[in-house]
Parts: sequence; structure tokens; C-alpha cells
Amino acid sequence: MFRKKHVAPKATYRETFKKGDGATKLSFFLMGSNAFANKQWVKGIVFLLSEIIFFVWFFMSGIPALKLLSNLGPDKTKRVVYDASQGVYVTKQPSNSVLILLFGILAIFMCIAFIWIYYLNLRSTRNNYIAKRDGDHIATNMEELKSLFDSRLHSTLMTIPLLGILFFTVLPTVFMISMAFTNYDRQHPIAFSWTGFQAFGNVLSGDLAGTFFPVLGWTLIWAVAATATTFFFGVLLAMLIESKGIKHKGFWRTVFVIVWAVPQFVSLLMMAQFLDYQGALNNILMNLHLISSPIHFIDNQASPLVARITVIIVNMWIGIPVSMLVSTAIIQNLPQDQIEAARIDGANAAQIFRSITFPQILFVMAPSLIQQFIGNINNFNVIFLLTGGAPMNSKYNGAGSTDLLVTWLYNLTFGQEQRYNASAVLGILIFVISAVVSLLAYRRTNAFKEG
Amino acid sequence: MKSYSAQRRLSLIGRYILLTILAILWILPIVWIILASFSYNDTGFVSTFWPDKFTLQNYIGIFTNPQYPFGNWIINTLAISLASMVISTFLTISVAYVLSRLRFAFRKPFLQIALVLGMFPGFMAMIALYYILKGLNMLNLFGLLLVYVGGAGLGFYVAKGFFDTIPRAIDEAAEIDGATNWQVFLHIGLPLSKPMIVYTALTAFIAPWTDFIFSGIILSTSGNAKDYTIAYGLYNMVHTAKGNATAYFAQFVAGCVIIAIPITILFVFMQKFYVNGITAGADKG
Repeated sequence: MFRKKHVAPKATYRETFKKGDGATKLSFFLMGSNAFANKQWVKGIVFLLSEIIFFVWFFMSGIPALKLLSNLGPDKTKRVVYDASQGVYVTKQPSNSVLILLFGILAIFMCIAFIWIYYLNLRSTRNNYIAKRDGDHIATNMEELKSLFDSRLHSTLMTIPLLGILFFTVLPTVFMISMAFTNYDRQHPIAFSWTGFQAFGNVLSGDLAGTFFPVLGWTLIWAVAATATTFFFGVLLAMLIESKGIKHKGFWRTVFVIVWAVPQFVSLLMMAQFLDYQGALNNILMNLHLISSPIHFIDNQASPLVARITVIIVNMWIGIPVSMLVSTAIIQNLPQDQIEAARIDGANAAQIFRSITFPQILFVMAPSLIQQFIGNINNFNVIFLLTGGAPMNSKYNGAGSTDLLVTWLYNLTFGQEQRYNASAVLGILIFVISAVVSLLAYRRTNAFKEG
Repeated sequence: MKSYSAQRRLSLIGRYILLTILAILWILPIVWIILASFSYNDTGFVSTFWPDKFTLQNYIGIFTNPQYPFGNWIINTLAISLASMVISTFLTISVAYVLSRLRFAFRKPFLQIALVLGMFPGFMAMIALYYILKGLNMLNLFGLLLVYVGGAGLGFYVAKGFFDTIPRAIDEAAEIDGATNWQVFLHIGLPLSKPMIVYTALTAFIAPWTDFIFSGIILSTSGNAKDYTIAYGLYNMVHTAKGNATAYFAQFVAGCVIIAIPITILFVFMQKFYVNGITAGADKG
């Protein structure tokens, strides 16, 4: 490996501050002054401007935003107050806690960003100090700019994507996590306050516990069943298509892939119609005299067990083609020598599959199986579009018998319940489950590899 | 020897029969969807497999329906998906390339943070996104575009797996010849990753055509059906009347078939890249 290994002689920030010249010292307070002194104009302007902008913002709106964050707004209810200056009574609206929370979190982000820029400023100051101390060449303005396309290309290319992630993924996620610690629900739709772990208590042992644990159980059963069935039958289907003598393999694969390729909101919404009590499937079965009266597959009169089995079978219809595609690629690349050896030793097809092919596929696919498992825990589309959670369960709070945690989360937010804090708690719990599962699984697979 | 070949023949016929039955089972509902789009129907319900009466009226109706401006939906979705395709592809490919080829202090932490962020259910962020966009007064198509593009930096896994398979020796040869990292990216990385760029672009292009959840939350507040994207518009067409008979059900099916055909073709075309990405990632565990 040809690597440029250049370790700069170290200097602590303390040394930089103590022994540096005036501009270097000033850099600790007025960002960019050291860069100006070394004629790195662009860098200096950027540092100085960001400091000015930050402090103007901080005193204008940063401090109030952070202050409000402590109690999410002073006015919790709508009330009438006497306005002394005008001498009249006015109605005071409750404070909008959602916006207060949002701006508070944004303010914290801004502060962190500023600290980071300050750190960059210090680092650049120190580098210049070291270069000066050792009599090395100090990068000119042009060289600094050029390095953005060479040694610091990563920061150039990553800036915009990182900003996108920050605003559209990290900020919303932090916002929702903090929502789990409030009492934001139907009773407190505008102004709410911090309540600590109360919402967690509601979900784990309070009025939602009777729904949470059964739904969690079904979610796990569903995730295991959905992952296992699609994987196992996908492998079998791939082996069937890949087996000797079958012609037009590409055509057969395409037939199955079409089902996967149709947008899910089309295929699943139509599947719901197909399986309806008055739908085409019941009609076909009646005409074939296989059943005497229509079956309730997934509507509200369906038995939970039938609905759950139907959902898993429909998921096989959608999921097997994908896993068939992936296992095809793996089967084509499997080393043939072991299979040959086994065949010479007299193993039959079933034995070869059980002892050689299947373990090999399982080994290669283990990481993507874990991803599929987590994907199935969060499989919103199949449940939401197919059953919408039906059949409704009177023992549950806002969920039906086929509802997963993630569709229940959706119902709690956008349905009648409007328990935003509880849905945030659910989101955190789903995260914990996913994290634990993948952590355990990855450790197992790594151990498996070493063994 | 004869019995052996006869046995093999029998097994082959058996496998063909099994494969045919499976293929028919799989494709049957799809065929039914296409048939339903041609069936004459005013009950809002298709209860037979073979339509009683064929008609083209559903396809004419969906384009002339004043309540559901299908043409506007197509234009909206096309605009959003093209814009999102260009921007997202650039962002995703840059992130994937940087994470795969360059080494810098923030690389490992970023990969871990991305992994952790990916484990939060996407819906959790939706309420917050709604308020952010509402605060910026952007509950419209442009806001929706920002949401699609905003997540692009996290969708780097398949492309990174691809870049990992390109030998580093090529980069190093160019570096020795004095190329900067930017030149390596522009003249070596990008040309070599053409198939990956196509795949990433297609994925980004297809997403707006199939997403009915985000578009629903962001666009529904305007209440103006002309602003919808196609997925939410069609979903809305049956969802608002779910359970009741709707006069537009057959038109909904026709609309679905119209957009499903190009997407299906694109997907079938993309399957190879998809598989390569998954298996390339799987090798590394």
C-alpha cells in the first residue's frame, strides 16, 4: 500500500496559545484572525462571518429559544388576562409547544455546530502555528482552496448530503425522541410539558400495556414467519428454476419478478379487493365448489387467526420473488466441487440440499436476512394496505388483530387516538428491538465465521 | 440405463408442471388487475375473475375525470421524480464514493450513525417533518422534493458495496501519476460506476411514483387535488371511500395499470443491479 504518511510534530492548544503571536492568541476569541494574518482570506472570512452570525443569532433568538425549551412554553391553557397597558381583558392563547420544542432543538444544533466550527478554527490555528514554529511552508489561500478537491475532497462532497441528513433525518428523530418525554396527546394538543418517563409507563404498564404486549408478540411472530417463509421458499424456487433441464430460466424468473415490481400500493390494495368477502377469490372458489359459502379472509368479521395466516401468505406472494432473485445469484456462484464430491459419494438431491447448498446460502445471506427481519418488523405496507389492522380487536386500544407495532404507531398519531407521545415511545421501543436483534445476530454471525 | 433416463424425464416433467402451477398462482392476481381495468363496472366492486363486459371506458374516464385530475398527477410526479433523480443520484453516489474510497477521521462514526439512524422507523420522523415544512411554509410539492432528497445521503449502501469491489490499484496508479482525489473521482470513479449510477437514478426516479404515505401527509393539507402526486392521488381515490361502493373504482384500477406498467418494466430492468448490490454487501458481512 502506497500511503503518504506524514505525522505533524505535535503542539498542544495550550502551547499554541502561550507561545503564539498576537493574531494566534486573538484567534481563540476572534475566529479567523490567525487565518487573516497568514493571508488565508477565504478561510478567515468564513470563520469570522460564522462567529458574527452565530452571536447575533444567539442573543436575538437563541437564548429565548433555549429558555423556552426548559418548560415548553409558559401558558398551558387558554385563559383571559387583564392587559394593563390597554386596560382591557384579552384572551391569551396557549403557547405552541411543538414549535417551541422544534426551535429549541434547532438552537441546540446551532450551538453544537458553532462549537464544531470553533474547534476547526483552533485546529487550523494550531497547524499554522506549528508550521511557523518549524519553519515549514504555510498553505496559501489558493492551496487551501485546492485542498478541498484533493486531501479534503470528502468534506466537499459530504457537506450537502450531511446537511440533508441533519435536517431531514437527525432533527426529526431527535424531535420525536424528545416527544416521548412529554404529555403531547389529545388532552394537550397545543401546549404540553415535560413529564419524564410517564409515557413509557403508560405503554409498558399503563392503559396501553394491554395492547402493547400482544401487538409486540404478533409483530415478532410475523417478522419471524415472514422472513423464514420468504427465505426458505425463495431458495427452493430459485433451485427449481436453476435445476438442470429447465429451459428459458430468464423467462420463468421474470414471471415471478413482475409481482415484486408492481408498486405495492397497487398490488396490495387490489389484493385486498381480490380477497374480499364478495371478491374474486371467493367467487372462484365457490364456482369450483371448493367452498359452500364465502370466507372472511381479511375483513372485520374474519377470525384473527385466518387474517394473520392470510397476511403471511400474501406476504409470501410479494416476498418470495425477491428472495428467489437474491438466492439465484448466490446459487450460480456456489462452488461446485463440494456438490460434486457429495454426488460421487452417493448423496441424493435432498441430502445435498440439506447438508451443502442450504447451509452455504444461509451463510452468505445471513446479513441480508437480518436486514429483512428488521424490515419485516417495520413492514408497514403489507399490513396497512391489505388489512388496515382488521379484524378490529375490542380488547386493544386503537389496534386490530393484524396490526404491527409500526401500524399501531401510525394509528396512534394519525387516527382518532392522537397519542403522539405514546407513538414516539413506540418508535423508540421499535428502535431498541431492531438494535438488539441486529447486535445479537451480527455477533452470532461473526462468531460463526471465525469458527 | 433406459429406466434412468426415463426417470430423469419424469422428474423434468414434474418440475415443469410444478413451475407452471406456481407461475400461474403468482401471476393470476396480476392478470386479474389488468382484466378488472377493462371491465364494465358501476358497482365500485369487481367480484368476478373474468369481466362480464369489456370496455375502454375506464381508461377514457380516468383522464377526463374532473374530480381526480389524473393528468396533473402525472405531470407533478414526473417533475418531482426527475428533479429528485438528478439531485439524489449526485448525493448518493458522492457519499458512497467518499465512504468507500477515501479515508478520513469522521468515516467510521458516520457509518455507525447511519446504521443507528436506519433503525428508527421512518414514520417517527414524519410528524416532525410535517411541522418543519409547515414552519417553512412548504407543505407543497417542493417540500416533498426536499424530503425525498434529504434522505439521499443515507441510501448509500448498495452503491458503496459496488465501489468496494473496484480495485484500489486503479486509484493508486492515477495518484502516483499526480492526479488529485477530485480528478480520480471525476475521471475514474464516475466512469467505472455507470451501472451503479443508472441503478441509483432509477431507484430515485421510481420512489415518488410508489410513495403514498409521505406525499399524503405533506400534500393532503392543501386539499387541492391538482397538487397531488400520482400514488397519493390514486390511493386517495379509493381510500376516502373504502368500504362503500365507489363509482370510480374501475377508473382507479385503470389508473393503477397505466402507472404500474412503466414502473414494472423499469424494475425488471433493474433487478440485476439490485441483486449484485445485495450479494456484494453480503460478502463482507
